[in-house]
Amino acid sequence: MRARTTLAVGSLLMLTATGCGAADMTKQASPFANAQGAKSVTLSVQSWVGAQSNVAVAQYLLEHKLGYRVDTVQVDEVPAWDALSQGRVDAILEDWGHPDQEKRYVEDKKTIARAGDLGVTGHIGWFVPTYLVKQHPDITNWKNLNKYASLFRTPESGGKGQLMDGSPSYVTNDKALVSNLKLDYQVVFAGSEAAQITQMKQFAKEKKPFLTYWYSPQWLFKKVPMTEVQLPPYKDGCDADPAKIACAYPHTPLQKYLNADFAKSGGRAAAFLKKFQWTTEDQNEVSLLIADQKLSPEDAAKKWVDSHPDVWRKWLS
Amino acid sequence: MAALSVSASRTAAPRVLRSRAAGKLLLLALLTAVLLPFLSRWGNGTWPHDLTVSLSKPLTSASNWVIDNRDSHPLFLYFFGYISNAVVLCVRAVYLVLLAAGWTGVTVFGALVAWRVAGVRLAAGTALALLTGGALGMWVPTMQTLALMVAAVLASVVVGALLGLAAGLSDRLDRALRPVLDTMQVLPAFAYLLPVVLVFGIGVPAAVLATVVYAAPPMARLTALGLRGADPEVLEAVESLGATRRQRLLTARIPLARGELLLGLNQTIMMALSMAVIASVIGAGGLGDRVYQALASVDVGQALAAGIPIVLLAIVLDRVTAAAGDDRTAHTSSLPHPSYPRTIGWAYALAVTVAVALAGRLLHGLNWPTGWTLEIAAPVNRAVDWMTAHLYSGVPVVGGTADWAGHFTTWILDPVRSGLQGLPWWSVLLIVAALAWLIGTWATALTAVLAMAAIGVLGVWDPALDTLSQVLAAVAVTLVLGFATGIAAARSDRVERVLRPVLDVFQTMPQFVYLIPVVALFGVGRAPAVAAAVVYALPAVVRITAQGLRQVDPAALESARSLGATGRQQLWQVQLPLARRSLLLAVNQGVVLVLAVVIIGGLVGGGALGYNVAFGLAQGDLATGLVAGAAIVCLGLMLDRVTQPTGRRAKKGA
Repeated sequence: MRARTTLAVGSLLMLTATGCGAADMTKQASPFANAQGAKSVTLSVQSWVGAQSNVAVAQYLLEHKLGYRVDTVQVDEVPAWDALSQGRVDAILEDWGHPDQEKRYVEDKKTIARAGDLGVTGHIGWFVPTYLVKQHPDITNWKNLNKYASLFRTPESGGKGQLMDGSPSYVTNDKALVSNLKLDYQVVFAGSEAAQITQMKQFAKEKKPFLTYWYSPQWLFKKVPMTEVQLPPYKDGCDADPAKIACAYPHTPLQKYLNADFAKSGGRAAAFLKKFQWTTEDQNEVSLLIADQKLSPEDAAKKWVDSHPDVWRKWLS
Repeated sequence: MAALSVSASRTAAPRVLRSRAAGKLLLLALLTAVLLPFLSRWGNGTWPHDLTVSLSKPLTSASNWVIDNRDSHPLFLYFFGYISNAVVLCVRAVYLVLLAAGWTGVTVFGALVAWRVAGVRLAAGTALALLTGGALGMWVPTMQTLALMVAAVLASVVVGALLGLAAGLSDRLDRALRPVLDTMQVLPAFAYLLPVVLVFGIGVPAAVLATVVYAAPPMARLTALGLRGADPEVLEAVESLGATRRQRLLTARIPLARGELLLGLNQTIMMALSMAVIASVIGAGGLGDRVYQALASVDVGQALAAGIPIVLLAIVLDRVTAAAGDDRTAHTSSLPHPSYPRTIGWAYALAVTVAVALAGRLLHGLNWPTGWTLEIAAPVNRAVDWMTAHLYSGVPVVGGTADWAGHFTTWILDPVRSGLQGLPWWSVLLIVAALAWLIGTWATALTAVLAMAAIGVLGVWDPALDTLSQVLAAVAVTLVLGFATGIAAARSDRVERVLRPVLDVFQTMPQFVYLIPVVALFGVGRAPAVAAAVVYALPAVVRITAQGLRQVDPAALESARSLGATGRQQLWQVQLPLARRSLLLAVNQGVVLVLAVVIIGGLVGGGALGYNVAFGLAQGDLATGLVAGAAIVCLGLMLDRVTQPTGRRAKKGA
């Protein structure tokens, strides 16, 4: 009990010491940051493995080459922007495009700074397993999807075909697409990427047909080869009105963002994160090590770092 | 753990209820007959659109206002900002102390504390639990979780004790606080994560505050109970000595309530720990975050490696604080003045800790030695793969788990859902009223009906009934399994001994850990959501059932036996009827706990309200998330009232 009291008193003292004047909600580092005098960086990780790979490699290099201590926090995409603006995390390494957030934090409030391309281009689409395409070659055009709806029926899809969507944090127009393209399908939300991947693997193991919202780059393509279904082509602005969308998803060059203060005064860590740029193949290599070979992110990063010195040397210069 | 917070009373079922039940139903039927012409004006299908209020505009603008003013408005600068800073500083201070003590220091300190409070066996258990955390490569996250826990428990205990003090000393405050505490306990934690996040942002402060809401009520209840329960003779004696009100409180009432206070601490710790994991969704860090991160790469083994330290911590903290609350432990009874030798003990413990910490620091450094890790991820993943490969489908005769899930969805979930959604809206309210009134009082019935109506007004009638259908199915499965297991545990000591650690693990394992296995076994959809809910709610139901049956008056059993009743007759005609109240309580707890997993269901394809809350959190969409959260709360209140036996409220919390 006594340890507790001292603690309470201690924190009260600290509170009075720091508490004169306004408490700035934009400058609140994680309590676990900079412990024991180590310089530290807090990176946000999103729930997909590609994002984990970026963070793993950045973390490995920051810790082993630059002497930082790295904390990681798993946060969904939109809340991550919020956390970034408040300084709870220092960087987002892979953003799939959030125009509202960009306008609010980068342009208006200036609490978040751009940090350039990640080097990877992302694309969302509808996918069917390649073994299914071999049986029905014309299944890869959306116009033929209704013909095959019964193939994709599950107990959850209520007599229609099932279009499986993933995590609630992902950008999706699928409900609008299904109704605007008059497809005989029901969007079923797996609710998390983990659940979605598990289900896709189960289907693939039995060579069952499935139609799913999915995206590249993604390590799972190496385990379950999939072919994209052609939707009406994407044109600039065709996704402006969410209710009327009837076109495919764009190709997005993925972006990095830093907390504005960190970008200015983050020293070598900030400079390094700004230069961090690699290819889809690089990212997939690390992702496969993590997700398929079940290496810990740290071991996977080490393996990649050891074999690609020419890529990351540039980031440190 | 919620199970422990409620006592099982054992009064026989009042026979009078029967005739009064008929009267109540008759009255309700009459009321409906009169009101029906008015009600059917709004149609006989789902909740009428005219009676909904759309909150999305005001909520979106409220959320925008908060985001735009968070950096400049005085409310944030001088109020929320301070709270947030205080939490960060407090957690940070504890974390730094823990890191400075190093793994040796923390382990030794933990063990010594456990030894002083609860004896040698628990000391060994504590050390083992902490070392396991290190061996699984989770030392730093374990320390982060501990730091978070200390801050959260401290805040919950302060808040809870203050509320409890108020309720314990004033009858009026007690009456006013009771519904508030009731509601706080029924609220599923996920429902209020979003508003907290909006104000405090992602991270530790939000996590700690959400934890306080969740963990303070048991402390408040038990404090009040302890103060009220103080022996009147002792109080009178103290009064006759001329003590002032404050002296009476400090020297008599609070010390007399020590048992209840420590039990409250125990409950608060357990609830805070389970919340520390849920809070990983809003960036609390620590072990919960590791579980959550492991799931992203569909790595059950790694998730388990982070889950095991949580389970061990929970079990150790539970046993140690429970032992501290138990006055019969050896150390106080044999000593004339308990505080004197114990002080020496603490000083001694502290000295040993410092010595060991320093020694450890010199020998190994502060961090857990890198070579000393246990790799459990690979074998666990192999086991899960084997299980899903062999059980998912194509098992001869019984069919695979995927087939069961399909049948369950088609034959149970679908009909229940379409049945509920097909009922006219007013008849749903009527059923709710009838059930709540038959089991409870007219006041509980009114609350239940109003809660259900609020769901309709919020405009989420259909998804709420979808969620309700999943809850009903899950509760049915839980009760069948729970009662069967509970009866077995009550009749055989051996079964109970074997069961106890299993139940502990189920109850404390973070729900995220079994997210992947349920999907791997049952596919994506509502069936795995139901499975996850059953796993979570089962332990409480088993415990309450077993306890209720065991508390049945031995004299009644003895007389039944002497009349020549067989084992089966004893069970059906004596034990079960006499334990009726406990069984109802088990139903109630089952319902509340199942509902708490609704959000997890949203993460595996359960859809409905759970998905909406997850969506709101993930997209920062207050309108969707908060409305769904409020609807879950209403559903929880309604279900709690409908299944709440009369007279329990007076006893709840003991």
